[in-house]
Amino acid sequence: MKIGNLIGVAGASIFKNKMRTLLTMLGIIIGVSAVIVMVAIGAGAQGQIERQIQNLGTNMLVVTPGSTATGGVSLGGQSGSGLTVEDAEVLSSQSFLLSGVSPVISTFSQAVGGTGNWRAPILGVDVDYQVIRDWDVVQGEFFDETDVRTIRREVVLGNTVAENLFPNGDAVGQQLRLRDVPMTIVGVLEAKGQTAEGSDQDDVILVPYTTVQNRLAGRQFVSQILASAYSSDDVPAAQAEIQAILRDTHGLAPNEADDFTVRDQGELADAAQETTQVMTLLLAAIASISLLVGGIGIMNIMLVSVTERTREIGLRLALGAYGSDVMKQFLVESVVMSLFGGLTGVGIGYASSAAIATFTGWSTAVSVPTVLLALGFAGAVGVFFGFYPAKRAASLDPIEALRYE
Amino acid sequence: MTRPAPLGAPVIEARGLERVFQMGGTEVRALRGVDLTVGRGEMLAVMGASGSGKSTLMNILGCLDRPTAGSYALDGVSVEGLSKNQLADIRNQRLGFVFQGFNLLPRTSALENVELPLLYDRSERELDTKGLAAAALERVGLADRMDHDPAELSGGQQQRVAIARALVTKPSLVLADEPTGNLDTHTTMEIMALFQELNAEGVTLLIVTHEPEISRYTQRIVELRDGRIIHDGPVRERGHALTDLQARADLEPASAR
Ligand SMILES: Nc1ncnc2c1ncn2[C@@H]1O[C@H](COP(=O)(O)OP(=O)(O)OP(=O)(O)O)[C@@H](O)[C@H]1O
Ligand SMILES: [Mg+2]
Repeated sequence: MKIGNLIGVAGASIFKNKMRTLLTMLGIIIGVSAVIVMVAIGAGAQGQIERQIQNLGTNMLVVTPGSTATGGVSLGGQSGSGLTVEDAEVLSSQSFLLSGVSPVISTFSQAVGGTGNWRAPILGVDVDYQVIRDWDVVQGEFFDETDVRTIRREVVLGNTVAENLFPNGDAVGQQLRLRDVPMTIVGVLEAKGQTAEGSDQDDVILVPYTTVQNRLAGRQFVSQILASAYSSDDVPAAQAEIQAILRDTHGLAPNEADDFTVRDQGELADAAQETTQVMTLLLAAIASISLLVGGIGIMNIMLVSVTERTREIGLRLALGAYGSDVMKQFLVESVVMSLFGGLTGVGIGYASSAAIATFTGWSTAVSVPTVLLALGFAGAVGVFFGFYPAKRAASLDPIEALRYE
Repeated sequence: MTRPAPLGAPVIEARGLERVFQMGGTEVRALRGVDLTVGRGEMLAVMGASGSGKSTLMNILGCLDRPTAGSYALDGVSVEGLSKNQLADIRNQRLGFVFQGFNLLPRTSALENVELPLLYDRSERELDTKGLAAAALERVGLADRMDHDPAELSGGQQQRVAIARALVTKPSLVLADEPTGNLDTHTTMEIMALFQELNAEGVTLLIVTHEPEISRYTQRIVELRDGRIIHDGPVRERGHALTDLQARADLEPASAR
């Protein structure tokens, strides 16, 4: 059969049975658009995390208690292996490569003031914290070195806390009670949004670490020490320097492992990216299953259609079609429907991704490789699942097929 | 591929055709030695009771089925030992089929239906498929219905489309298995008139029927019983379908048909 005739015959069959065609394509349409949307959401999340890591701070290094070799942070609470405020002070005084160092003492407290109560994490930090995190103050100012040294009862509020307790925007200068200790609000931080993990970075109260140590009762520990290198080129050297100083301060013998971990932004980014990549893969896998189900749907309807078109097949065979012509016709029909279904799916996936981005605020990113992959997969599904029905059609006996009611 | 027909060879030359169907353990002997020779331009009726083997013979003559024993040559070319695809080519180029149930493709215009066999033409020649299909439709009197779907056509018109489809490849032989079985008397006569016209133009026609009314319009009647030919002879007093149609119209001028 001439190729032009083959395409004409298959095309006519597709266009003349719009309902059947639509039903056949439906599974593929849904499958492909699911793949596109899922991957777009995953890739969008990835991009967002990258951006968030970018604005985490400048050339930041994070020291956490516990060694990576023995399972990381979980060991941090054990006696003797924690980080102390002294560690931060030693780093600050001995290092050459660090532009700033700040301990971070974490605790929780009810904050009372303004319109009522707010339970927020309280971070006891040094002045450098603001520079390291590259975090601007929009109202008032950050506490200074004197405030830290003289253990002033001053706080800087994260944007979320400020908005909730002082909706009128007049937080600076007002009083706030943390565990019954009155504090003065000296500044409000600019909004930074969510972290990669989805927690609100602005739901925080910053207090001089000395004040947290001396004025606030309750469980306190240095959860991390933040530091920043002068430039991004200095980051690896600074990391080594921190390691050397802390090993010395902690009195570790050369054969002993670190009892702390120093991470730079890159590592954080890698870790976060790995997580989202796994998530993207997972989403794609789930979506691929729907594509597979779509393929089975094609086979289903094609098989039904072979039965329904038995007389047509018998007629074509009687009029001189080879079994291979009938087979090719059904295969072309199946592949064309899969590909058109795939294209429609790409369109719908694209539109849905845009809609999801608009309505949820998530960022989504439709990538060209995904689109091509989904289309290729749809075509393959068409061949694979069209093959069996096509073979069935080709092997029909014309006499019996013509007699079929 | 098909070889050119030797000049003067009969269209059908069958000797000792037998066809045995295996039905589980039992054998059904549908044909038990059929000899048949049909010359070019003949128009014959194959008659017989239900189950006598008419369709079985038709399928073998139409190269849709193979005999269990016996020989069959179409246009002087023996079909014995030909492959499935070679038989398909013979059906495509030398045979035309007209079925009782019309067997038109639904949602497909008359023109495209008639074009169908030409799409499976494997010869090198360039065919104006649409033009040939249109000419065939014109020949059967449906020039003004080419764009109509089967659903928009009457039974008689549908059968005309099917006849045009059988003629479009200019076959050596047109086989029609109960072509008027689904039609009323008037339409049946119209179709027979068309067959007679085509035959007069040289088309060789073999029509299966069990209605004596229809066999009257052919030249020769072959009668089967239990897979054997029990009668083979010319039609005495051959009818002329067109004249009969006019006579009927004169008889009942106001009949609601
Ligand atoms: N595929 C088959 N398998 C088994 N037996 C068959 C098959 N086809 C036909 N037969 C048998 O062969 C015999 C002849 O059948 P055939 O269809 O040729 O009869 P027919 O003369 O065309 O009858 P009708 O006028 O009812 O169409 C019947 O007994 C039938 O049951
Ligand atoms: Mg029959």
